[in-house]
Amino acid sequence: MVPNSNTCPICLGLPGTLPLLNSEAVRHGVALAMSLNCTTPESLAFFRKNYFYPDLPKNYQITQFDAYGHTSIGGNGTVNTDDGTEIRIRRIQLEEDPGRLTYEGGNDGRQTTLVDYNRAGVPLVEIVTEPDFDSPRQARSFMNMLADTIKNLDIADPYLDGAMRADGNVSVHDGNKVEIKNINSFHDLEKALHYELTRQNSLYENNITIQQETRHWDERRRITISSRTKEAELDYRYFLEADIPWVDLDDDTIKEISANMPESTTARRERYIKQYNIKPQVANVLISDTRCCRLFEEALTPETALIIANILTTDFMGVMDTREKRAASQITAEHLSKIATLIKSNKITRAVAKDVLYKIAKKGGDIDDILDASSYDTSKLYDIISDTLQKEPQAAHEARINPPAINYLVGIIMRETRGAADPQEVLRILGELLKE
Amino acid sequence: MIPAQTATELVRMISSGETTAEYIIGQTLKQIEDTSHLHAFLHMNSNAIQQAKEIDHRIQRGEKVGRLAGIPISIKDNICTKQYPTTCASHMLDGYMPPYDATVIRRILDEDAIIIGKTNMDEFAMGLSTEFSAYGPTLNPHNTEVVPGGSSGGSAVSVATHTSAISLGSDTGGSVRNPASFCGVVGFKPTYGMISRYGLISYANSIEQIGPMARSISDIQLCMSIVSGPDVNDNTTANSTPVSLSEQYNATENPKIGIIRQMASKDTRIQNILNKAIEELSSHGCQCDEVSLEMVDYSVAAYYTITSTEVASNLARYDNIRYGYDMDYTGYEYHQYVTKARARFGAEVKRRMIAGGFVPSAGYAGRYFLKALKVKSRLTREINRTFEEYDYLISVTVPILPFRIGEKIDDPVSMFLVDINTVTANLTGKPAISIPYGVVDGLPVGIQIMANSMEDAKLLQFSHILGDDTQ
Repeated sequence: MVPNSNTCPICLGLPGTLPLLNSEAVRHGVALAMSLNCTTPESLAFFRKNYFYPDLPKNYQITQFDAYGHTSIGGNGTVNTDDGTEIRIRRIQLEEDPGRLTYEGGNDGRQTTLVDYNRAGVPLVEIVTEPDFDSPRQARSFMNMLADTIKNLDIADPYLDGAMRADGNVSVHDGNKVEIKNINSFHDLEKALHYELTRQNSLYENNITIQQETRHWDERRRITISSRTKEAELDYRYFLEADIPWVDLDDDTIKEISANMPESTTARRERYIKQYNIKPQVANVLISDTRCCRLFEEALTPETALIIANILTTDFMGVMDTREKRAASQITAEHLSKIATLIKSNKITRAVAKDVLYKIAKKGGDIDDILDASSYDTSKLYDIISDTLQKEPQAAHEARINPPAINYLVGIIMRETRGAADPQEVLRILGELLKE
Repeated sequence: MIPAQTATELVRMISSGETTAEYIIGQTLKQIEDTSHLHAFLHMNSNAIQQAKEIDHRIQRGEKVGRLAGIPISIKDNICTKQYPTTCASHMLDGYMPPYDATVIRRILDEDAIIIGKTNMDEFAMGLSTEFSAYGPTLNPHNTEVVPGGSSGGSAVSVATHTSAISLGSDTGGSVRNPASFCGVVGFKPTYGMISRYGLISYANSIEQIGPMARSISDIQLCMSIVSGPDVNDNTTANSTPVSLSEQYNATENPKIGIIRQMASKDTRIQNILNKAIEELSSHGCQCDEVSLEMVDYSVAAYYTITSTEVASNLARYDNIRYGYDMDYTGYEYHQYVTKARARFGAEVKRRMIAGGFVPSAGYAGRYFLKALKVKSRLTREINRTFEEYDYLISVTVPILPFRIGEKIDDPVSMFLVDINTVTANLTGKPAISIPYGVVDGLPVGIQIMANSMEDAKLLQFSHILGDDTQ
């Protein structure tokens, strides 16, 4: 979007404007707090956090604060990540997003800061956890869980650029805490925390004191850099925002929000296990992806539910191993339902099904066409390749311990098929069969 | 002829064809010229005559016109107007043109009012003498050597000198009532949340209100019936009930009036005027007793602590980045740039901003800001208890006569103390009216009546007892 093309007098903080509370944001905030097992206050108040920064149109941010008898929209919650770790939520606060800054170096050596207020005033929740993470991987998995919850509650699309951002706090050996700001993706969060752990451990090993400070994640260079601002010295002079009267969150409001909330992921898991006899491990994997759950529920019949759950969690999520890939995949509920019926009636094997699924996920299309054209060849290719592996046990062994040696086997198969096979396909199937 | 009639009378004359809007506006513009030495206006509407002609045409064609058709209304320069500059009488906003109209502006324009011009004020409404305008002071028409009061001084002078029939000012600690009292007009501060503040440039947003000024209580009622009531652009108006003209409010029989002891004037000439008002009320069957509001003694200190805190926050946005005046930004680091840009604020604004950075800061908030909030809530409790027994509370609006220009400009504390009778209505959110009720040494004195929250319409109706004419 063109910078500053989506603004209004309120989000630019023009003289005389007043903030307007977005009731949808309050409802979403309450729903999120309840999903993360947080307490919600009886009435909601907003505060001003006063500080000068070029991305702040009013030079204060409307946010929440636990003071003067008021608490933020959520507090004291707990959630479990998919590896079963319990993460405590300290606080969820509803606030306004500031603008976005871009730094540019001028030709004359001068630095310019550009401000884009397009997202200024957009409602935002900040979720603060207790220090309960033992590894960067766990932090990422927590973020995935949060993204699922946000998607499931239909609050926002967590995968849009900048929709979910993180600040990470890292300390080692009871040392000082370092905050890393500005992390824009889950992948980068893991990388940034990992970098910071390594940096702090090496300082520790060399007996160098770790400074308590704020660092920024540099996406390009993939390192954290010390920020020169001394945030600890800032006094935000929090006080109540009078322009937004307190909002009553009485029992009826809470009940109504709760009644309109979609099924939680935990409730969904229980239902899958009970209703469809799905194994708990399979259900865990399935509920971790809202899109897969939707595909599953749209495609299933009582007879095919188990098969579809298995195809989705092992085959589909196996080849489409990141959320981004799955989101981009072309697979539909119709595809799944047809494949499941074909497996159920023994028309195709699981191996062929997996192959068809892979092709459809990548390019879309009609299952019959794919079976007619290539996947028949593919299933023949499976036979040829497993025959070859049986005939060439020595070469198979070599290829297992020394990956480049696989090319010898590819050569034999290409000769067998007189060059008709797709070498990429051959490599893929070979790789799969060699693992077995 | 000077258009000395009240707005209510002018509306009748224009719509009946007895006179024309063009004639009234023409006379008003002439009067503005004749009184220009008082410096009530900062910006004028150069299309006023054209707009008046259009209204006359519509009346001649028999079309329906609004309830303020052709009425000259002046607007304090801290209320946003799309067509005219809105500067808050500050060099920080020299020539600033807002891209939108305040809600009150839309409402009066929908009723075919003619905005005659924007009036002078203390910079960003901080002050009670209009001496702190960056564009020079406004003079009191009753004696040009004394102040007209403030911060809505230009508005009061405009109404008093018949250069507008109604003016919209703003009242944070008395800024409508104080100049109304000093200039001999009626000024009304509604219940907090009664009039939308959307488009009113904030000074202390938790307590301030837009308030009308006029030459009669009926005109205040007419204006309130148009500008009051809920506005989707101001969340604090959600529970307000607009003032209605048609509805008759059941007047309490023999209402009980509390005379606030802490608000008595040391000037016996002023106190005598209050006594005269009490006599008149008693003769109308009111029961008048002295009451005590102990927290009033702390109200001015609490008022300045709270307002300074909000000033520092509300005025932080004037960093000269998104709007403001031309200033070469090259070579400055962000904070240096902002510091330099903000040097254009006047002395009084700077003084309050600096205080506002201090009183709520870590380590001092408990001693100042939090204590001030405690005074505010105790004062509110105290006045609410008093209103359980009394219908209205009365005092003089300002305990002293208009002072000489320059007399208090270097003595902020003695200036602040002039607010003693007016800040209570703001700190507690109550409606309060100032009615001209006597003259001392040729200078007007106003009587203030306060009522309980949301009883604005009742208060206005009751106020008619103390007369409907401007001295």
